[in-house]
Amino acid sequence: MSSEALLEVHEVSKRFRVQGRDLHAVEKVSFQLERGQTFGLVGESGSGKSTLGRLVLKLLEATEGRIVYQGKDITRLTQKQMRPLRQEMQIIFQDPMASMSPRMTIGMAIEDAMVIHKMGTKEERHKKVDELLERVGLPREVKWAYPHELSGGQLQRVGIARALSLNPKLVICDEPISALDVSIQVQVIQLLRELQRDYDLTYIFISHNLAVVEYLSDVVAVLYLGEVVEQAPAEELFSRPTHPYTQVLIQSILKMPGSMEERQALTPIQGEIPSPFNPPKGCPFHPRCPLAVDRCRTTKPERRNIGPNHAVACHLAT
Amino acid sequence: MSQPLLSIEDLRVEFDRGEDTVYAVNGVSFSIAEGETLGIVGESGSGKSVTLMSAIGLIRENGRIRSGRAMFQGTDLLKLSERQLEDIRGREIGVVFQDPMTSLNPVMRIGDQIMEAMLAHHFCSHREAFERTLQLLHEMGIPEPKARFRNYPHEFSGGMRQRIMIAIALACEPQLLIADEPTTALDVTVQMQILALLQEQRRKRNMSVAIITHDFGVATNFCDRIIVLYAGQIMEVADTGTFLRESAHPYTVGLKHSIIEIGHRARPLQPIPGMAPTITEMPHSCSFASRCPFAAERCRSELPQLREIGSGHWVACHRAEEVLADVI
Amino acid sequence: MIVAIAVTQPQAPARQARRNSPMYRAWQRYRKNWFAVAGLIWVVIFFIIGIIGPWIAPYSYTYADFLHMHSGPSWQHWFGTDTVGYDVFSQILYSIRYALEIALGATCVSFLIGVILGLWAGLAGGIIDVIVMRAVDFMFALPSFFFALILMVLLGKGIFPMILAIGVPGWAGYARLIRSLVLAMRNGEMVEAARALGASQWHIARRYMFPNVVGSMVVSLAFGIPYDLTAQAGLSIVGMGLNPPMPSFGNMLAQAGANILGFPWLLYFPAGVFAITLLSFLFVADGLQEAFNPKGGV
Repeated sequence: MSSEALLEVHEVSKRFRVQGRDLHAVEKVSFQLERGQTFGLVGESGSGKSTLGRLVLKLLEATEGRIVYQGKDITRLTQKQMRPLRQEMQIIFQDPMASMSPRMTIGMAIEDAMVIHKMGTKEERHKKVDELLERVGLPREVKWAYPHELSGGQLQRVGIARALSLNPKLVICDEPISALDVSIQVQVIQLLRELQRDYDLTYIFISHNLAVVEYLSDVVAVLYLGEVVEQAPAEELFSRPTHPYTQVLIQSILKMPGSMEERQALTPIQGEIPSPFNPPKGCPFHPRCPLAVDRCRTTKPERRNIGPNHAVACHLAT
Repeated sequence: MSQPLLSIEDLRVEFDRGEDTVYAVNGVSFSIAEGETLGIVGESGSGKSVTLMSAIGLIRENGRIRSGRAMFQGTDLLKLSERQLEDIRGREIGVVFQDPMTSLNPVMRIGDQIMEAMLAHHFCSHREAFERTLQLLHEMGIPEPKARFRNYPHEFSGGMRQRIMIAIALACEPQLLIADEPTTALDVTVQMQILALLQEQRRKRNMSVAIITHDFGVATNFCDRIIVLYAGQIMEVADTGTFLRESAHPYTVGLKHSIIEIGHRARPLQPIPGMAPTITEMPHSCSFASRCPFAAERCRSELPQLREIGSGHWVACHRAEEVLADVI
Repeated sequence: MIVAIAVTQPQAPARQARRNSPMYRAWQRYRKNWFAVAGLIWVVIFFIIGIIGPWIAPYSYTYADFLHMHSGPSWQHWFGTDTVGYDVFSQILYSIRYALEIALGATCVSFLIGVILGLWAGLAGGIIDVIVMRAVDFMFALPSFFFALILMVLLGKGIFPMILAIGVPGWAGYARLIRSLVLAMRNGEMVEAARALGASQWHIARRYMFPNVVGSMVVSLAFGIPYDLTAQAGLSIVGMGLNPPMPSFGNMLAQAGANILGFPWLLYFPAGVFAITLLSFLFVADGLQEAFNPKGGV
């Protein structure tokens, strides 16, 4: 364990109690994150990736495990004790419209973050709002607008500006581009990259879009039914995917081919993600796994290292 | 490819939004041949769904068709009454939507909904409809059709619901299937399953498919021919091969460059600047000019017409040839 | 490279902002609704009469003109007189005041209880939520008019007892509305985002929740007033309201009903004014609802 880790997550689990049944949203996830890095979390719906993001921010309380931020264990902090820390840990939401009050102008929304933390005088805050808007590529006049007047892409820039207004160190990007059009997605990704460089930000980037996660992340974890099935540096993971699920995910992406000859055959795998209420015995992926053997149906594979920083939870991986 | 099954000519659709009129579709013409798979690609607000949906009479209350024709088997769909359209929709033309939860009836067993599709159009007898429903459920890859027949939509996953929607759309053996973003709400592994299912059914039934999508990956891997829409106008039409090799509209080229794919890690991004306009005035110049790196004086003053620059390759750009030369 | 995006709309920023504020847009929508505007005008007149009625009334409500008992409308008595010789027009003017006092008072009582319990249930959750919601169910199961009658018997007659009798049983609807609004927001992304910013509960309630429920609360209040107006008239009609000669719509209507054959004006004028008033309040409430929620819903 290196001491300069900004964030350490140890064996964190989250179970929700829904109608008397346990829903295993996140199961024993561990990772650590150094300053300036981007940690990518990929998975399909129901994989627990968004829940994990909220656990890190303590917007949800972990059922088990420890979360250590800058050497300080924040797992048991109360919401009140967390408040000053929230300046340093921010989140960008998938749907910026839903995350803003329809009755606040954009300027008010961004300023409110600073008001909460009693930053600066009114004039200083207004000046900062102008600067932030400019930094995220919006004209200043936007501060007078209400959320319903802006497009999805503009609103997401506002969401980014609001998160940045507190000078955070860690920013969790929860599917920040999934609701946007392709041409706008690229603009926002580029913005996120520039901001990371300029402000030395650390990102946890949550997305179902593997290509974007690969593009942005240093380390990537693939989640399936709340568990990390594979974790490796981005280049390694995408050039040498080892877990059958990672391989399937990568093969399922329809790339634009260079010519008719390169078109992909549509070869789906069977089945869908099982219910998290009653995850399969043994390896959670075995009912869909093309390679599954008897052992996969009975014994749950432990996570083990198959290379430097490359961990896989699969009996067959080498 | 034979004669066109559906041919849309100079379609114009507008919507009222407050005091403004939004010109959603501005003179769109294209046709779908028998047995063809056509991809209609565009970003939100490009008019990609409105074009096809208004042609088959599915248009929101604040919208109206200003002009145009939609010839389907010799009849102009735009001239038909709602009743006559209902006879065609679901019978000759099947429709699959993005979100099956909103188009399925939540309080009706899914088997009954599939049967209903056949009985409403007097497609077959009650007894036959039942048999066919089981057969359809089986073909759609829904396990244990007999048991699942009696389930309600909420008892299925998103992917399974989409399969049920497809079963309803295919129940009366339509000649044309319109799929409006059929996989957008689904996970990638399920998207692959649904697309494979659509492809298999299309081959088996030899029907035409029009798939509306924002995803170039889906369109290029699935379709024979691709239409790119922007601001309610066709920017480019080409068969997929030509589209992949030599797209000639700066918008298409820009979109292609801005797609992030696996293996792009080290590459710099090339986003298209700006955002798509909402057209509240009839366009008199190229709608894309303000975002276009190739835009010249002419582009800002004269509306480019769709013109054929190669066999079956149509582009609405004054500078298509130069763009093409740059790309190659 | 960051691409600045041209926003076409906000040009004269501050003024534009005001014009695009949700409240301003609600008012714009309200103004377009003719019924709502007409209703509002009458409601305003009604309020003014409620305040100055006693001064403009040609006669005191205790003055009985024995020379002109049950006479029809005339220059002396615009709306005629009743069986005892009371001037109907003056009676109506006084009735408006008492009706308003009681209806507004009762609505405030219901609203206050409802908001407090609804907020408590929505924010605290758990067992408190269960208890409050079962109480709401109980109130809905019980006919509230019957409840009001019992309270009147217990409290005795008069304006203040009527306010309580009508107001106390009416809280359940408000409580349920507020609770559902609070619950929807508490679990919503807007509040989660505010929490992520580090906002305290109080800050979230004040800056995020409250401005987003004002509209719905105003609408529900606007629907509550005509309901309570009807209730207070109802109590008087069955003889459990204000004691004659205290004028009230209920008393007048009860008396008119008994004398409908001989002296129809006793019914027409009070009933007409009362009906127009109720309708106006309902138009206003409808208008507000559409203004605040153009897509429907409460």
